[in-house]
Amino acid sequence: MKRFLLPLGIFFVLVGFLAVGLRLDPREVPSPLIDKPAPQFSLPRLDNPQQMFSPKDMLGQVWLLNVWASWCSACREEHPVLLELTKSGVVPLYGIDYKDTREEAQQWLKDGGGDPYRATGMDISGRVGIDYGVYGVPETYLIDKAGIIRYKRIGPVTIEVLRDKMLPLIRELQAK
Amino acid sequence: MILLCVLTFAAMADEARPLAANPVTEVQVRRLSEELRCLVCQNQTLADSSAPLAEDLRNEIREMAAKNMSDQEIIDYLVARYGDFVRYRPPLKSSTVLLWLGPFALLAAAGVGLVVFLRRRQGQVADDPLTAEQARQVAELLNKES
Repeated sequence: MKRFLLPLGIFFVLVGFLAVGLRLDPREVPSPLIDKPAPQFSLPRLDNPQQMFSPKDMLGQVWLLNVWASWCSACREEHPVLLELTKSGVVPLYGIDYKDTREEAQQWLKDGGGDPYRATGMDISGRVGIDYGVYGVPETYLIDKAGIIRYKRIGPVTIEVLRDKMLPLIRELQAK
Repeated sequence: MILLCVLTFAAMADEARPLAANPVTEVQVRRLSEELRCLVCQNQTLADSSAPLAEDLRNEIREMAAKNMSDQEIIDYLVARYGDFVRYRPPLKSSTVLLWLGPFALLAAAGVGLVVFLRRRQGQVADDPLTAEQARQVAELLNKES
């Protein structure tokens, strides 16, 4: 009997490693931008290309920057959540429309039931996306009053993520 | 005629690579994009991937290479944005020590385990001297052989 104990033990250790390993999401790569200043940019706005949108204008506020696109199917998933968030008025939400066209983006917002963004900058070339390390739209950045990125969500913002992670952090940063 | 063929071919090859003006730059782009990971399709290098982001990043690298930036500067630029994960060969630092040294540690542990096991077994397998009868049988068999 005793000689089976060791292989059995090794087996359970292996199961333990696999149980943890298989639950990890390989798409969630830790961003090196956390606790770093949000990269600066100046992008023409979706609603009015004459006007520019820049993170500089946001200093002194806690805000969310959501990278989205009309070709991104997971963005459709998070869109109702974002609409709800904006309706609640907890935190201002701004957008970057990543590698998209103006017509398609505007149509997409209309089809989705409205525009949750105070303003959206058009990153047609994807250059700003590279500065922000974007690789899987949608991505959402939480930026504090000093313009430092405090949190990054890769993939759609869900009610759970919002409730359990983002909102507590937003309140904490707003209180500072 | 041959020259014409070569020229046509060269023109066609150039068409596939938009900014490929300088062959030296192109070698650097090639070298770097084989070292760097495409984050959209994580098990491909930037060179292998046809994802739009990989294409953008190759162009970004090409532009930096054209500005005479070194390999290290270009890698640092991308690591600052995408993290160490963008590199196929992770650097040796405190968070990656286990990754680099883990296999050697396992090998060493297995070696120590083997030595301990063999030592212990040596103690258990005692010499079993032959009885007088057995010795006689052995001598008889050996004699028969010759």
